[in-house]
Amino acid sequence: MKIHEYQAKELLRLNKVPVPLGFVAHSLAEVREIAAKVVSFPVVVKAQIHAGGRGKGGGVKLAHSVEEVAARAEKILGMNLVTPQTGPAGKKVKKLLIEQGVSIKHEYYLSLVHDRASAGIVIMASVAGGMDIEKVAAETPEKIIKVNVNPLLGIQSYHCRNAAFLLGLPVEAIRQFNQIINSLYQLFTEKDCSQIEINPLVLTDSDQLYALDAKINFDESALFRHKEILELHDPEEDDPLEAEAARFNLNYIKLDGNVGNMVNGAGLAMATMDIIKMAGAEPANFLDVGGGANAEMVENGFRIILKDTNVKAILVNIFGGILRCDVLAQGIVQAAKNSHIDVPVVVRMEGTNVEQGRKILADSGLELITAVDLQDAAQKIGSIVGGLK
Amino acid sequence: MSIFIGKNTKLLVQGITGREGQFHTKQCMDYGTQVVAGVTPGKGGQEMDRVPVFNTVLEARRQTGANCSMIFVPPAFAADAILEAIDAEIELIVTITEGIPILDMMRVKQYMVGKKSRLLGPNCPGIITPGESKVGIMPGAIHKAGGPIGVVSRSGTLTYEVVHQLSMQGIGQTTCIGIGGDPVNGTDFIDCLKAFEADPETKGVVLVGEIGGSAEEEACQFIKNEMSKAVVGFVAGLTAPPGRRMGHAGAIISGGSGTAEAKIEAMQAGGVHVCKNLGLLGELCREVFAEFVN
Repeated sequence: MKIHEYQAKELLRLNKVPVPLGFVAHSLAEVREIAAKVVSFPVVVKAQIHAGGRGKGGGVKLAHSVEEVAARAEKILGMNLVTPQTGPAGKKVKKLLIEQGVSIKHEYYLSLVHDRASAGIVIMASVAGGMDIEKVAAETPEKIIKVNVNPLLGIQSYHCRNAAFLLGLPVEAIRQFNQIINSLYQLFTEKDCSQIEINPLVLTDSDQLYALDAKINFDESALFRHKEILELHDPEEDDPLEAEAARFNLNYIKLDGNVGNMVNGAGLAMATMDIIKMAGAEPANFLDVGGGANAEMVENGFRIILKDTNVKAILVNIFGGILRCDVLAQGIVQAAKNSHIDVPVVVRMEGTNVEQGRKILADSGLELITAVDLQDAAQKIGSIVGGLK
Repeated sequence: MSIFIGKNTKLLVQGITGREGQFHTKQCMDYGTQVVAGVTPGKGGQEMDRVPVFNTVLEARRQTGANCSMIFVPPAFAADAILEAIDAEIELIVTITEGIPILDMMRVKQYMVGKKSRLLGPNCPGIITPGESKVGIMPGAIHKAGGPIGVVSRSGTLTYEVVHQLSMQGIGQTTCIGIGGDPVNGTDFIDCLKAFEADPETKGVVLVGEIGGSAEEEACQFIKNEMSKAVVGFVAGLTAPPGRRMGHAGAIISGGSGTAEAKIEAMQAGGVHVCKNLGLLGELCREVFAEFVN
């Protein structure tokens, strides 16, 4: 789960990681109230959306007076911000962070992430802060240092020391840096984060360290034990169809293509999307109805797929195991009765009770296109899509 | 022959009295698996489909000689259940549970170092040696006993698809293993490949990967350097957008790594026969494994 920068900074502040003084604003009136409280300029006006690269899209601006804060805010608030991470559609800015500027002597990069391969938590740091870290990793990997922490042992002093020395921090900042890493590690493990990224961590002219930007993501599997984190979720950032699907326990991701699909199991769902592409079309979604799906879930799945107006055809691919083919077939029939399906539907099913399932579909009087196997399904989707062009 | 489970597997089910645990225990018994015990704390002394239920794993193992555990315990308590099984020295622990916090699994994985247990999963369909023993939630009927092919995969239903195609082509399986779709898991591709390489009945392997992490790349390095048997490979997720978790917690392209393209490239470099069209996997296997299949 993602949260906004201002929420991440609030968590950092609570964990004694220094962040610049800042306030969140939802309206221009609030912006003016905040600007009046500012003690010194410059002030930074930052768009709050769940995507990186906000500066590149014009969502982060400096202001040197109360009037300029208001002018900058007026431009950014409500704008459709397009960044390298939002995709071409962009995201509407509904909140701003108005933050005190700090003097910058140097920018560092600091993050904590899970390391799948070593089953540990890795502290990553770099002297090349403020830049796209993936670019730094690709072009100058020697500028990135990594310190691995075994979560059974927890963070030790030497982990912090090693990171500080490898980074070549000035002596005055080392104690502060160690404190920051320690705090971040505690936050990471206590709240089940999946990533904490501070880019940049800045050293000011007076050798103080500040988290100038902050991104925190959480392990969704662990949210059951963090109600307080769940409350930070901003539903306005969700895709409406994805949010609706989640309410029905459906794992749905909206994509830009024209062939909707409904599959049981994540791996088979991805493979089915790939087959659609191979057939000359593009998948409109990822939808895993799960192993224990019932007829209602299948019906809801159909309804959500059909709400996407780009969808010109649907491929249903079910390998019946726990989810029996007769249950799936009932769901399809129910969906067809209750909602108007006006696009061709190709159904491929196999596995438990497949014969009963096929009979239910055949007896339903619905105009469904049945496929005997995956190859057949791909060809049928291919010819439908070919006919659209 | 087979790997990890077979006729001598004596299964214990942790979470046997839950809805899922009960259903799948019955399915495993019907397939022929020796189910010797169940564990549900507080329900010791009861019976579930004539299987004795114990309060602790240790007690269950001592009373019944169980050497394998299948876990259906809910995510919040699953890591605890795995640790209990490790301390009871259960040889193979198959964790079906999906949605265990990553931090919990990292601690479990670190704790396992040097212990006697092997962990399979979590978030996996389990393992089956067709005709002998099924420890998992896969439909038994799609499998064909007698080998000569081993299957290892990160997925559930995608594995069923692969197995089904093999069986339809008349190609049997020695053992089929789902290692699970989570970012931190126990047994990995390489562990399975090593075991298949050492198993005389297994003549070739089908490896089914997906986006996220670098397990496929590492496996291909192993295949290139250490394996004599032919491997057919498939990777799901060519059309998956970066930065999104595709159902499985581990299926995510992050920071440009973990893409299907990179994995397919690694497979080709490792001498794996890459299947690009899932619909034709069975036919490809028939060609690649022709000398072992009648």
